[in-house]
Amino acid sequence: MQAFRFRDRSLAAKIIGKIKEYDVKATFMHVCGTHQDTLLRYGLDSMLEQVNVKIKAGPGCPVCVTPPEEYEEAITLAEKGVIITGYGDVIKSPGYDRSLLDVRAKGCDVRIVYSVSDAVNMALKTDKEVVFMAVGFETTAPSTASTILNDPPENFSILTCHRYIPPALQELLRLGELKLDGLIQPGHVSTIIGLTPYEKLLEEFNIPQVVAGFEPLDILMAVLMLVKQIHEGTPRVDNEYVRSVKPEGNLKALNMINQVFYPSKVHWRGFPEIEGSGMKIKPEYQEYDARLKFEDLLKDLNRGEFMEPKGCLCGEVLRGVVDPEECPLFSVRCTPQSPVGPCMVSIEGTCQIEYRYRKTVKQVKR
Amino acid sequence: MCLAVPGKVLKVEGSRGKVDFGDGVLRDVDLTLVEAVEGDYVLVHAGFAIQVLKEEDALKTLEIWRQILELEKESDVAGL
Repeated sequence: MQAFRFRDRSLAAKIIGKIKEYDVKATFMHVCGTHQDTLLRYGLDSMLEQVNVKIKAGPGCPVCVTPPEEYEEAITLAEKGVIITGYGDVIKSPGYDRSLLDVRAKGCDVRIVYSVSDAVNMALKTDKEVVFMAVGFETTAPSTASTILNDPPENFSILTCHRYIPPALQELLRLGELKLDGLIQPGHVSTIIGLTPYEKLLEEFNIPQVVAGFEPLDILMAVLMLVKQIHEGTPRVDNEYVRSVKPEGNLKALNMINQVFYPSKVHWRGFPEIEGSGMKIKPEYQEYDARLKFEDLLKDLNRGEFMEPKGCLCGEVLRGVVDPEECPLFSVRCTPQSPVGPCMVSIEGTCQIEYRYRKTVKQVKR
Repeated sequence: MCLAVPGKVLKVEGSRGKVDFGDGVLRDVDLTLVEAVEGDYVLVHAGFAIQVLKEEDALKTLEIWRQILELEKESDVAGL
């Protein structure tokens, strides 16, 4: 395996040449922060613009699409003495006007973990209640499901913020704010869910789709495959990432998701509520559902009245209708050191990636 | 968030394994979601292996690329 060079420059040039030959002007969207990172890190976006292909980032950052009220639930629990655990970016993302990190500075017990298993281990060592704020798409949800099925301690529970990505793609295409000629589907979500959900999108919207890996050549190949579909006039679901994605997905992981969660209607930042896009814990595992377990502590939480911080366009950025640089706060009031919205907080957020690689400093207009 | 890193399974103990991520980085990884044996390469996300990577699948990638790029000689992509 070491012989592979997924970053070979001459092959990249060959792929770009081929894309140029097809002479197709197109706008594609991906829904994965890691794809955005690869695109900007290796300058693929400008290479592709030269051959008339634009790539937009969609709602591909789970930390960013998690709405403020869900962070607020975790913050409220932390303030009431519950130990809150979560991934680093989750801890840093804002609720209504503060993050878990902010309340940790005030003495709340908030802990960053690498894996849900770490949170279980913490619960085993304390009598206090430990809640894991479970953020992530289908890639991450199986680890949470497996943990619940593995009989965790009584003082452990889950604040589920897991989401299914295909309903969001469907919503995005239905909204039709952007004219999209194809979708680059996320390789690691697809490793779990396989290709079937995309076939359904194909049926409804007749849109070309390619599942892509994360190396520079993976993405260039995916673009070439999309352009080829457009040229041939036959939209279909192609798989560029065959070394990880099987057509049926990871059945073991999928079964665990289905065993523990059921689809529900939830809010995504920047979107209306999306039918069937949230993962709720099934009644048979409700003892691990933090929302039920701490119903009393959460009952006074103010829901549904939240407005994004003034001037913040994270919602529009997540729908791909606004590029980070078009946001008036970008690199002026909103930077990775002092982020206003979650797209600047998360390392997978479109704004943070833009800031990191382009280092654009906008001139403040006098 | 959906970042996943490949590593080699050095040892399996029940549902957990010791995985080598290169440069001396060893981690305990949960193998519940896959059928992995010692010596396999796995893709790891947030402490859980989500897929076993097989050499034949990697070779398939090359085959697909060759077809799409319509390269005449196999040697054009050999050594990728």
